[in-house]
Amino acid sequence: MEQVRLTTRDYSLFYGEFRALNRISLSIPANRITAFIGPSGCGKSTLLRSFNRMNELIPGVRTEGTVLLDEGDIFREDVVNLRKRVGMVFQRPNPFPKTIYDNVTYGPRVHGMKNRSKLAAIAEESLTRAALWDEVKDQLHKSAMALSGGQQQRLCIARAIAVSPEVILMDEPASALDPVATIKIEELMNSLKEKYTIVIVTHNMQQAARVSDFTAFLLTDENRAGNMVEFGPTNRIFTSPSDRRTEDYITGRFG
Amino acid sequence: MRKLVQNAAFTVFWMAGLGAVLIMLSVVGYVVFKGFADITPEFFTTSPRGGLSGEGGIQSTIITTVYLVVLTLLVATPLGVGAGIYLVEYADQARSGFMKRITSAARFGVETLAGVPSIIFGLFGYALFVTALKLGFSLASAALAGSCLIIPVIIRTTEEALKAVPDSYREGSLALGASRWETIWKVILPSAFPGITTGIVLGAGRIVSETAIFFVTLGGSYRTPTSLLASGRSMALHVYYLAMETRAFDKAMATAAVLVVLVILMNLSINMISRRITRDTR
Repeated sequence: MEQVRLTTRDYSLFYGEFRALNRISLSIPANRITAFIGPSGCGKSTLLRSFNRMNELIPGVRTEGTVLLDEGDIFREDVVNLRKRVGMVFQRPNPFPKTIYDNVTYGPRVHGMKNRSKLAAIAEESLTRAALWDEVKDQLHKSAMALSGGQQQRLCIARAIAVSPEVILMDEPASALDPVATIKIEELMNSLKEKYTIVIVTHNMQQAARVSDFTAFLLTDENRAGNMVEFGPTNRIFTSPSDRRTEDYITGRFG
Repeated sequence: MRKLVQNAAFTVFWMAGLGAVLIMLSVVGYVVFKGFADITPEFFTTSPRGGLSGEGGIQSTIITTVYLVVLTLLVATPLGVGAGIYLVEYADQARSGFMKRITSAARFGVETLAGVPSIIFGLFGYALFVTALKLGFSLASAALAGSCLIIPVIIRTTEEALKAVPDSYREGSLALGASRWETIWKVILPSAFPGITTGIVLGAGRIVSETAIFFVTLGGSYRTPTSLLASGRSMALHVYYLAMETRAFDKAMATAAVLVVLVILMNLSINMISRRITRDTR
Protein backbone atom coordinates (compact mmCIF):
# COMPACT_ATOMS: atom_id res chain seq x y z
CA MET A 1 0.00 0.00 0.00
CA GLU A 2 1.31 3.42 -0.99
CA GLN A 3 1.81 6.09 1.60
CA VAL A 4 -0.80 8.80 0.99
CA ARG A 5 0.17 12.48 0.94
CA LEU A 6 -2.98 14.29 -0.21
CA THR A 7 -6.54 13.17 0.27
CA THR A 8 -9.85 14.65 -0.83
CA ARG A 9 -13.15 13.34 0.49
CA ASP A 10 -16.44 14.38 -1.14
CA TYR A 11 -14.73 17.60 -2.07
CA SER A 12 -16.85 20.11 -4.01
CA LEU A 13 -16.01 23.64 -5.11
CA PHE A 14 -18.43 26.37 -6.10
CA TYR A 15 -18.00 29.65 -7.96
CA GLY A 16 -20.98 31.44 -6.44
CA GLU A 17 -23.88 29.10 -7.27
CA PHE A 18 -22.01 27.20 -9.96
CA ARG A 19 -20.62 23.84 -8.91
CA ALA A 20 -17.22 23.46 -10.59
CA LEU A 21 -16.07 20.32 -8.79
CA ASN A 22 -18.51 17.62 -7.74
CA ARG A 23 -17.78 15.42 -4.72
CA ILE A 24 -14.28 14.38 -5.60
CA SER A 25 -12.61 11.69 -3.52
CA LEU A 26 -9.08 10.59 -4.24
CA SER A 27 -5.81 9.76 -2.51
CA ILE A 28 -2.55 10.99 -3.95
CA PRO A 29 0.43 8.79 -3.06
CA ALA A 30 3.60 10.29 -1.62
CA ASN A 31 6.75 10.49 -3.74
CA ARG A 32 4.92 9.66 -6.91
CA ILE A 33 3.84 11.72 -9.90
CA THR A 34 0.08 11.95 -10.21
CA ALA A 35 -1.41 13.38 -13.40
CA PHE A 36 -4.84 15.00 -13.78
CA ILE A 37 -6.11 14.63 -17.33
CA GLY A 38 -9.36 15.58 -18.99
CA PRO A 39 -10.81 17.96 -21.58
CA SER A 40 -10.68 21.75 -21.14
CA GLY A 41 -12.99 23.05 -18.44
CA CYS A 42 -13.25 19.71 -16.60
CA GLY A 43 -11.94 21.27 -13.40
CA LYS A 44 -8.50 19.66 -13.28
CA SER A 45 -6.69 22.98 -12.72
CA THR A 46 -9.28 24.01 -10.14
CA LEU A 47 -8.72 20.73 -8.31
CA LEU A 48 -4.95 21.25 -8.45
CA ARG A 49 -5.24 24.79 -7.11
CA SER A 50 -7.34 23.50 -4.22
CA PHE A 51 -4.33 21.82 -2.65
CA ASN A 52 -2.56 25.14 -1.94
CA ARG A 53 -5.81 27.09 -1.62
CA MET A 54 -5.05 29.36 -4.55
CA ASN A 55 -8.75 29.32 -5.47
CA GLU A 56 -9.37 31.53 -2.46
CA LEU A 57 -7.96 34.46 -4.44
CA ILE A 58 -11.10 34.37 -6.57
CA PRO A 59 -14.02 36.17 -4.90
CA GLY A 60 -17.10 34.03 -4.32
CA VAL A 61 -15.39 30.64 -4.11
CA ARG A 62 -16.82 28.19 -1.59
CA THR A 63 -15.92 24.59 -0.83
CA GLU A 64 -17.51 21.54 0.76
CA GLY A 65 -15.92 18.31 1.91
CA THR A 66 -12.43 17.61 3.15
CA VAL A 67 -8.92 18.03 1.82
CA LEU A 68 -6.11 16.55 3.88
CA LEU A 69 -2.37 17.04 3.64
CA ASP A 70 -0.89 14.05 5.43
CA GLU A 71 -3.45 13.86 8.24
CA GLY A 72 -4.21 17.57 8.60
CA ASP A 73 -7.19 19.51 7.26
CA ILE A 74 -5.70 22.11 4.87
CA PHE A 75 -8.53 24.55 5.53
CA ARG A 76 -7.59 24.63 9.21
CA GLU A 77 -3.91 25.17 8.50
CA ASP A 78 -2.41 28.64 8.26
CA VAL A 79 -2.41 29.42 4.55
CA VAL A 80 1.19 30.73 4.59
CA ASN A 81 2.39 27.52 6.16
CA LEU A 82 0.29 25.42 3.78
CA ARG A 83 1.83 27.10 0.75
CA LYS A 84 5.26 26.55 2.21
CA ARG A 85 4.49 22.83 2.31
CA VAL A 86 2.70 22.76 -1.04
CA GLY A 87 4.59 24.62 -3.76
CA MET A 88 3.32 25.48 -7.22
CA VAL A 89 4.63 25.87 -10.75
CA PHE A 90 2.40 27.68 -13.21
CA GLN A 91 1.48 27.23 -16.84
CA ARG A 92 3.46 30.23 -18.04
CA PRO A 93 6.88 30.67 -16.50
CA ASN A 94 6.45 33.58 -14.09
CA PRO A 95 9.83 34.59 -12.70
CA PHE A 96 9.79 37.94 -10.90
CA PRO A 97 11.56 40.80 -12.71
CA LYS A 98 14.53 40.36 -10.38
CA THR A 99 17.86 38.59 -10.60
CA ILE A 100 18.07 34.80 -10.81
CA TYR A 101 19.48 34.71 -7.27
CA ASP A 102 16.71 36.93 -5.88
CA ASN A 103 14.11 34.73 -7.54
CA VAL A 104 15.40 31.51 -5.98
CA THR A 105 15.91 33.00 -2.54
CA TYR A 106 12.59 34.89 -2.53
CA GLY A 107 10.71 32.16 -0.65
CA PRO A 108 13.30 31.55 2.09
CA ARG A 109 13.72 35.31 2.61
CA VAL A 110 9.96 35.82 2.89
CA HIS A 111 9.93 33.11 5.53
CA GLY A 112 12.50 35.02 7.53
CA MET A 113 15.89 33.61 6.55
CA LYS A 114 18.58 36.32 6.53
CA ASN A 115 21.82 34.36 6.77
CA ARG A 116 23.65 35.07 3.50
CA SER A 117 25.71 31.91 3.33
CA LYS A 118 22.66 29.74 4.07
CA LEU A 119 20.73 31.54 1.34
CA ALA A 120 23.56 31.04 -1.11
CA ALA A 121 23.65 27.34 -0.24
CA ILE A 122 19.89 27.04 -0.75
CA ALA A 123 20.17 28.83 -4.10
CA GLU A 124 22.86 26.46 -5.31
CA GLU A 125 21.08 23.37 -4.05
CA SER A 126 17.70 24.37 -5.50
CA LEU A 127 19.12 25.35 -8.87
CA THR A 128 21.09 22.11 -9.00
CA ARG A 129 17.99 20.06 -8.23
CA ALA A 130 16.14 21.97 -10.94
CA ALA A 131 18.96 21.10 -13.40
CA LEU A 132 19.68 24.77 -14.00
CA TRP A 133 22.79 25.41 -11.91
CA ASP A 134 25.38 24.67 -14.61
CA GLU A 135 23.66 27.02 -17.04
CA VAL A 136 23.29 29.98 -14.71
CA LYS A 137 26.00 29.69 -12.04
CA ASP A 138 28.01 32.50 -13.67
CA GLN A 139 25.08 34.85 -14.08
CA LEU A 140 23.18 34.56 -10.81
CA HIS A 141 22.97 38.32 -10.54
CA LYS A 142 21.55 38.88 -13.99
CA SER A 143 17.85 39.40 -14.63
CA ALA A 144 15.77 36.23 -14.76
CA MET A 145 13.82 37.79 -17.62
CA ALA A 146 16.80 37.25 -19.92
CA LEU A 147 16.56 33.45 -19.63
CA SER A 148 14.82 31.30 -22.24
CA GLY A 149 11.28 30.04 -21.56
CA GLY A 150 12.50 26.58 -20.58
CA GLN A 151 15.16 28.00 -18.27
CA GLN A 152 12.60 30.36 -16.73
CA GLN A 153 10.32 27.41 -15.98
CA ARG A 154 13.16 25.47 -14.37
CA LEU A 155 13.96 28.61 -12.36
CA CYS A 156 10.34 28.65 -11.18
CA ILE A 157 10.73 25.01 -10.15
CA ALA A 158 13.94 25.90 -8.29
CA ARG A 159 12.10 28.78 -6.64
CA ALA A 160 9.38 26.38 -5.47
CA ILE A 161 11.95 23.84 -4.22
CA ALA A 162 13.83 26.49 -2.25
CA VAL A 163 11.21 26.58 0.51
CA SER A 164 11.52 22.76 0.93
CA PRO A 165 7.93 21.82 0.17
CA GLU A 166 6.52 18.32 0.51
CA VAL A 167 4.33 18.63 -2.57
CA ILE A 168 4.89 20.42 -5.88
CA LEU A 169 1.81 21.24 -7.93
CA MET A 170 2.41 21.77 -11.63
CA ASP A 171 -0.27 23.36 -13.78
CA GLU A 172 0.55 22.38 -17.38
CA PRO A 173 4.19 23.28 -16.72
CA ALA A 174 5.36 22.53 -20.25
CA SER A 175 2.47 23.77 -22.36
CA ALA A 176 4.22 27.07 -23.15
CA LEU A 177 7.54 25.38 -23.96
CA ASP A 178 9.13 23.84 -27.03
CA PRO A 179 9.63 20.03 -27.25
CA VAL A 180 13.28 20.09 -26.12
CA ALA A 181 12.49 22.20 -23.07
CA THR A 182 9.48 19.97 -22.41
CA ILE A 183 11.64 16.83 -22.30
CA LYS A 184 13.97 18.56 -19.84
CA ILE A 185 11.07 19.40 -17.54
CA GLU A 186 9.80 15.82 -17.73
CA GLU A 187 13.22 14.39 -16.89
CA LEU A 188 13.45 16.83 -14.05
CA MET A 189 10.09 15.70 -12.65
CA ASN A 190 11.32 12.15 -12.63
CA SER A 191 14.37 13.04 -10.58
CA LEU A 192 12.30 15.21 -8.22
CA LYS A 193 9.81 12.56 -7.17
CA GLU A 194 12.40 10.94 -4.97
CA LYS A 195 12.08 13.87 -2.60
CA TYR A 196 8.71 15.42 -3.44
CA THR A 197 5.17 14.41 -4.21
CA ILE A 198 4.28 15.82 -7.61
CA VAL A 199 0.83 16.53 -8.97
CA ILE A 200 0.64 17.65 -12.57
CA VAL A 201 -2.21 18.89 -14.73
CA THR A 202 -1.69 18.21 -18.40
CA HIS A 203 -3.55 18.43 -21.66
CA ASN A 204 -1.04 16.16 -23.25
CA MET A 205 -1.92 12.50 -22.79
CA GLN A 206 1.43 11.26 -24.02
CA GLN A 207 3.00 13.40 -21.35
CA ALA A 208 0.75 11.93 -18.68
CA ALA A 209 1.60 8.43 -19.90
CA ARG A 210 5.33 9.21 -20.02
CA VAL A 211 5.86 10.85 -16.66
CA SER A 212 3.13 9.88 -14.24
CA ASP A 213 2.73 6.92 -11.92
CA PHE A 214 -0.94 7.56 -11.24
CA THR A 215 -3.60 9.21 -13.35
CA ALA A 216 -6.94 10.77 -12.51
CA PHE A 217 -9.39 11.34 -15.35
CA LEU A 218 -11.88 14.17 -14.88
CA LEU A 219 -14.90 15.00 -16.98
CA THR A 220 -17.77 17.45 -16.78
CA ASP A 221 -21.26 16.12 -16.23
CA GLU A 222 -24.47 17.46 -17.77
CA ASN A 223 -24.40 20.42 -15.33
CA ARG A 224 -20.83 21.32 -16.38
CA ALA A 225 -19.55 20.29 -12.96
CA GLY A 226 -16.20 18.48 -12.89
CA ASN A 227 -16.39 14.86 -11.78
CA MET A 228 -13.63 12.35 -11.33
CA VAL A 229 -14.35 9.42 -13.57
CA GLU A 230 -11.45 7.18 -12.74
CA PHE A 231 -8.25 7.11 -10.74
CA GLY A 232 -5.52 4.50 -10.75
CA PRO A 233 -2.00 3.51 -11.76
CA THR A 234 -1.16 5.18 -15.05
CA ASN A 235 -0.37 2.00 -16.96
CA ARG A 236 -3.73 0.51 -16.00
CA ILE A 237 -5.64 3.68 -16.89
CA PHE A 238 -3.95 3.79 -20.27
CA THR A 239 -4.11 0.08 -21.10
CA SER A 240 -7.32 -1.17 -19.52
CA PRO A 241 -9.49 1.67 -18.24
CA SER A 242 -12.53 0.45 -16.37
CA ASP A 243 -14.78 3.28 -17.51
CA ARG A 244 -15.95 3.60 -21.11
CA ARG A 245 -15.55 7.42 -21.04
CA THR A 246 -11.91 7.11 -20.01
CA GLU A 247 -11.26 4.78 -22.89
CA ASP A 248 -13.00 7.12 -25.33
CA TYR A 249 -10.94 10.05 -24.14
CA ILE A 250 -7.62 8.23 -24.14
CA THR A 251 -8.16 6.80 -27.59
CA GLY A 252 -8.91 10.30 -28.83
CA ARG A 253 -12.60 9.87 -29.56
CA PHE A 254 -13.33 13.26 -27.94
CA GLY A 255 -11.69 16.10 -26.01
CA MET B 1 -11.94 57.24 -56.32
CA ARG B 2 -11.30 55.49 -53.02
CA LYS B 3 -7.66 56.30 -53.35
CA LEU B 4 -8.53 59.96 -53.90
CA VAL B 5 -10.66 60.06 -50.75
CA GLN B 6 -7.90 58.41 -48.81
CA ASN B 7 -5.32 60.89 -50.06
CA ALA B 8 -7.61 63.82 -49.28
CA ALA B 9 -8.24 62.49 -45.76
CA PHE B 10 -4.54 61.97 -45.14
CA THR B 11 -3.78 65.48 -46.34
CA VAL B 12 -6.35 66.94 -43.94
CA PHE B 13 -4.95 64.94 -41.01
CA TRP B 14 -1.42 65.87 -41.97
CA MET B 15 -2.30 69.56 -42.10
CA ALA B 16 -4.08 69.32 -38.74
CA GLY B 17 -1.05 67.64 -37.23
CA LEU B 18 1.29 70.18 -38.74
CA GLY B 19 -0.92 73.02 -37.50
CA ALA B 20 -0.93 71.68 -33.96
CA VAL B 21 2.84 71.28 -33.94
CA LEU B 22 3.33 74.75 -35.40
CA ILE B 23 1.11 76.40 -32.81
CA MET B 24 2.94 74.63 -30.01
CA LEU B 25 6.36 75.44 -31.43
CA SER B 26 5.49 79.09 -31.93
CA VAL B 27 4.26 79.47 -28.33
CA VAL B 28 7.31 77.79 -26.86
CA GLY B 29 9.63 79.43 -29.38
CA TYR B 30 8.22 82.91 -28.81
CA VAL B 31 8.46 82.64 -25.03
CA VAL B 32 11.91 81.10 -25.05
CA PHE B 33 13.42 83.50 -27.64
CA LYS B 34 11.84 86.58 -26.22
CA GLY B 35 12.54 85.53 -22.66
CA PHE B 36 16.11 84.41 -23.06
CA ALA B 37 17.10 87.79 -24.48
CA ASP B 38 16.71 89.23 -20.97
CA ILE B 39 18.27 86.40 -19.00
CA THR B 40 21.60 87.11 -17.33
CA PRO B 41 23.37 85.21 -14.55
CA GLU B 42 22.21 87.92 -12.12
CA PHE B 43 18.62 87.12 -13.07
CA PHE B 44 18.97 83.82 -11.22
CA THR B 45 20.98 85.11 -8.28
CA THR B 46 18.99 88.18 -7.26
CA SER B 47 15.51 88.37 -5.85
CA PRO B 48 12.65 90.57 -7.02
CA ARG B 49 12.68 94.00 -5.44
CA GLY B 50 8.95 94.60 -5.65
CA GLY B 51 7.29 97.79 -6.77
CA LEU B 52 5.81 98.75 -10.11
CA SER B 53 9.05 98.60 -12.06
CA GLY B 54 9.42 94.86 -11.41
CA GLU B 55 13.14 95.06 -10.94
CA GLY B 56 15.35 92.26 -9.73
CA GLY B 57 15.73 88.60 -10.60
CA ILE B 58 13.86 85.44 -9.66
CA GLN B 59 16.02 83.82 -7.00
CA SER B 60 13.43 83.85 -4.22
CA THR B 61 10.74 82.54 -6.57
CA ILE B 62 12.92 79.60 -7.58
CA ILE B 63 13.53 78.78 -3.93
CA THR B 64 9.82 79.14 -3.14
CA THR B 65 8.95 76.84 -6.06
CA VAL B 66 11.36 74.19 -4.80
CA TYR B 67 10.00 74.45 -1.24
CA LEU B 68 6.47 74.23 -2.53
CA VAL B 69 7.12 71.18 -4.73
CA VAL B 70 8.98 69.32 -1.98
CA LEU B 71 6.39 70.09 0.70
CA THR B 72 3.48 69.19 -1.54
CA LEU B 73 5.05 65.89 -2.59
CA LEU B 74 5.82 65.06 1.05
CA VAL B 75 2.11 65.27 1.79
CA ALA B 76 0.66 64.00 -1.49
CA THR B 77 2.95 61.07 -2.31
CA PRO B 78 2.26 58.84 0.70
CA LEU B 79 -1.47 59.60 0.61
CA GLY B 80 -1.82 59.21 -3.16
CA VAL B 81 0.33 56.11 -3.53
CA GLY B 82 -1.25 54.57 -0.44
CA ALA B 83 -4.76 55.18 -1.75
CA GLY B 84 -3.81 53.72 -5.15
CA ILE B 85 -2.39 50.59 -3.51
CA TYR B 86 -5.49 50.26 -1.36
CA LEU B 87 -7.86 50.58 -4.32
CA VAL B 88 -6.08 48.05 -6.54
CA GLU B 89 -4.58 45.54 -4.14
CA TYR B 90 -7.11 45.48 -1.32
CA ALA B 91 -10.45 47.04 -2.23
CA ASP B 92 -10.71 45.21 -5.57
CA GLN B 93 -10.34 41.92 -3.71
CA ALA B 94 -13.20 42.83 -1.39
CA ARG B 95 -16.10 40.44 -1.31
CA SER B 96 -18.82 42.45 0.40
CA GLY B 97 -21.15 44.56 -1.72
CA PHE B 98 -20.83 47.44 0.73
CA MET B 99 -17.04 47.67 0.27
CA LYS B 100 -17.45 47.47 -3.49
CA ARG B 101 -19.85 50.41 -3.46
CA ILE B 102 -17.49 52.46 -1.28
CA THR B 103 -14.65 51.66 -3.65
CA SER B 104 -16.49 52.62 -6.79
CA ALA B 105 -17.65 55.82 -5.10
CA ALA B 106 -14.03 56.59 -4.19
CA ARG B 107 -12.92 55.90 -7.75
CA PHE B 108 -15.63 58.15 -9.16
CA GLY B 109 -14.55 60.86 -6.74
CA VAL B 110 -10.92 60.55 -7.77
CA GLU B 111 -11.77 60.78 -11.44
CA THR B 112 -13.99 63.80 -10.93
CA LEU B 113 -11.42 65.59 -8.79
CA ALA B 114 -8.73 65.01 -11.42
CA GLY B 115 -10.77 67.16 -13.80
CA VAL B 116 -11.72 69.98 -11.43
CA PRO B 117 -10.14 73.39 -12.23
CA SER B 118 -7.34 74.30 -9.89
CA ILE B 119 -8.99 77.50 -8.68
CA ILE B 120 -11.70 75.36 -7.05
CA PHE B 121 -9.03 73.64 -4.99
CA GLY B 122 -7.68 77.14 -4.34
CA LEU B 123 -11.01 78.35 -2.95
CA PHE B 124 -11.32 75.21 -0.84
CA GLY B 125 -7.77 75.70 0.42
CA TYR B 126 -8.49 79.36 1.15
CA ALA B 127 -11.59 78.52 3.14
CA LEU B 128 -10.10 75.60 5.05
CA PHE B 129 -6.36 76.11 5.45
CA VAL B 130 -5.94 79.89 5.13
CA THR B 131 -9.03 80.95 7.07
CA ALA B 132 -10.51 78.17 9.20
CA LEU B 133 -7.22 76.59 10.27
CA LYS B 134 -5.64 80.06 10.48
CA LEU B 135 -2.56 79.09 8.50
CA GLY B 136 -2.83 82.33 6.53
CA PHE B 137 -1.29 82.85 3.11
CA SER B 138 1.62 80.50 3.58
CA LEU B 139 3.71 77.63 2.25
CA ALA B 140 1.74 75.33 4.54
CA SER B 141 -1.64 76.39 3.12
CA ALA B 142 -0.33 76.23 -0.43
CA ALA B 143 1.27 72.81 0.00
CA LEU B 144 -1.90 71.38 1.56
CA ALA B 145 -4.13 72.84 -1.18
CA GLY B 146 -1.60 71.70 -3.82
CA SER B 147 -1.71 68.20 -2.35
CA CYS B 148 -5.48 68.11 -2.79
CA LEU B 149 -4.90 69.06 -6.42
CA ILE B 150 -2.35 66.38 -7.26
CA ILE B 151 -3.44 63.49 -5.03
CA PRO B 152 -6.03 62.40 -7.64
CA VAL B 153 -3.31 62.46 -10.31
CA ILE B 154 -1.00 60.32 -8.16
CA ILE B 155 -3.80 57.91 -7.22
CA ARG B 156 -4.72 57.37 -10.86
CA THR B 157 -1.19 56.81 -12.13
CA THR B 158 -0.46 54.52 -9.17
CA GLU B 159 -3.58 52.52 -9.99
CA GLU B 160 -2.59 52.25 -13.64
CA ALA B 161 0.96 51.21 -12.73
CA LEU B 162 -0.29 48.53 -10.33
CA LYS B 163 -2.84 47.18 -12.78
CA ALA B 164 -0.07 46.84 -15.36
CA VAL B 165 1.81 44.40 -13.09
CA PRO B 166 0.92 40.89 -14.35
CA ASP B 167 -1.24 38.80 -12.01
CA SER B 168 1.22 35.96 -12.51
CA TYR B 169 3.67 37.85 -10.25
CA ARG B 170 1.05 38.06 -7.51
CA GLU B 171 0.19 34.36 -7.88
CA GLY B 172 3.84 33.36 -7.95
CA SER B 173 4.59 35.23 -4.76
CA LEU B 174 1.46 34.11 -2.88
CA ALA B 175 2.07 30.50 -3.92
CA LEU B 176 5.46 30.67 -2.22
CA GLY B 177 3.72 31.51 1.04
CA ALA B 178 4.24 35.26 0.96
CA SER B 179 1.52 37.33 2.58
CA ARG B 180 -0.44 39.86 0.58
CA TRP B 181 1.60 42.71 2.06
CA GLU B 182 4.96 40.99 1.39
CA THR B 183 3.83 40.42 -2.18
CA ILE B 184 2.97 44.10 -2.59
CA TRP B 185 6.13 45.35 -0.93
CA LYS B 186 8.66 42.98 -2.49
CA VAL B 187 7.26 42.19 -5.93
CA ILE B 188 4.44 44.51 -7.00
CA LEU B 189 5.79 47.89 -5.90
CA PRO B 190 9.28 47.37 -7.41
CA SER B 191 7.65 46.42 -10.72
CA ALA B 192 5.25 49.35 -10.60
CA PHE B 193 7.89 51.80 -9.39
CA PRO B 194 8.63 53.52 -12.74
CA GLY B 195 4.92 54.07 -13.37
CA ILE B 196 4.37 55.46 -9.90
CA THR B 197 7.36 57.76 -10.31
CA THR B 198 5.80 59.07 -13.51
CA GLY B 199 2.70 60.02 -11.53
CA ILE B 200 4.76 61.82 -8.90
CA VAL B 201 6.70 63.78 -11.54
CA LEU B 202 3.42 64.67 -13.27
CA GLY B 203 2.16 65.96 -9.93
CA ALA B 204 5.34 67.98 -9.42
CA GLY B 205 4.84 69.47 -12.89
CA ARG B 206 1.33 70.53 -11.93
CA ILE B 207 2.66 72.31 -8.83
CA VAL B 208 5.34 74.10 -10.84
CA SER B 209 2.90 75.34 -13.46
CA GLU B 210 -0.34 76.05 -11.54
CA THR B 211 -1.04 79.70 -10.69
CA ALA B 212 -4.61 80.33 -9.60
CA ILE B 213 -4.62 77.86 -6.71
CA PHE B 214 -1.51 79.45 -5.21
CA PHE B 215 -2.77 82.97 -5.78
CA VAL B 216 -5.37 82.33 -3.07
CA THR B 217 -3.27 80.15 -0.74
CA LEU B 218 0.38 81.14 -1.05
CA GLY B 219 -0.23 84.87 -1.22
CA GLY B 220 2.39 86.77 -3.17
CA SER B 221 5.31 87.89 -1.05
CA TYR B 222 8.40 88.21 -3.21
CA ARG B 223 10.70 87.45 -0.29
CA THR B 224 12.22 84.06 0.33
CA PRO B 225 9.96 82.26 2.83
CA THR B 226 11.65 81.61 6.16
CA SER B 227 9.04 79.36 7.73
CA LEU B 228 6.13 77.11 6.85
CA LEU B 229 3.79 79.92 7.78
CA ALA B 230 5.50 82.50 5.54
CA SER B 231 3.92 83.69 2.33
CA GLY B 232 5.83 83.37 -0.93
CA ARG B 233 5.68 83.45 -4.68
CA SER B 234 6.25 80.48 -6.98
CA MET B 235 7.71 81.16 -10.44
CA ALA B 236 4.37 80.77 -12.18
CA LEU B 237 2.79 83.14 -9.71
CA HIS B 238 5.65 85.58 -10.25
CA VAL B 239 4.95 85.60 -13.99
CA TYR B 240 1.37 86.51 -13.22
CA TYR B 241 2.33 89.33 -10.83
CA LEU B 242 4.93 90.73 -13.22
CA ALA B 243 2.53 90.70 -16.15
CA MET B 244 -0.47 92.15 -14.31
CA GLU B 245 0.98 94.49 -11.71
CA THR B 246 4.27 95.81 -13.07
CA ARG B 247 5.64 97.32 -16.24
CA ALA B 248 8.32 94.59 -16.51
CA PHE B 249 6.76 92.50 -19.24
CA ASP B 250 10.25 91.47 -20.38
CA LYS B 251 10.98 90.04 -16.93
CA ALA B 252 7.68 88.13 -17.05
CA MET B 253 8.75 86.69 -20.38
CA ALA B 254 12.17 85.73 -19.05
CA THR B 255 10.65 84.02 -16.03
CA ALA B 256 8.18 82.25 -18.30
CA ALA B 257 11.05 81.03 -20.47
CA VAL B 258 12.79 79.49 -17.46
CA LEU B 259 9.50 77.90 -16.43
CA VAL B 260 8.92 76.47 -19.92
CA VAL B 261 12.40 74.94 -20.00
CA LEU B 262 11.85 73.47 -16.53
CA VAL B 263 8.55 71.88 -17.55
CA ILE B 264 10.12 70.49 -20.74
CA LEU B 265 12.91 68.94 -18.65
CA MET B 266 10.37 67.35 -16.32
CA ASN B 267 8.45 65.87 -19.25
CA LEU B 268 11.69 64.52 -20.73
CA SER B 269 12.40 62.80 -17.45
CA ILE B 270 8.95 61.15 -17.62
CA ASN B 271 9.77 59.94 -21.13
CA MET B 272 13.01 58.47 -19.85
CA ILE B 273 11.20 56.70 -17.04
CA SER B 274 8.60 55.21 -19.35
CA ARG B 275 11.28 54.09 -21.78
CA ARG B 276 12.88 52.29 -18.88
CA ILE B 277 9.57 50.55 -18.21
CA THR B 278 9.27 49.24 -21.75
CA ARG B 279 12.88 48.11 -21.76
CA ASP B 280 12.56 46.27 -18.46
CA THR B 281 9.42 44.38 -19.31
CA ARG B 282 10.73 43.21 -22.65
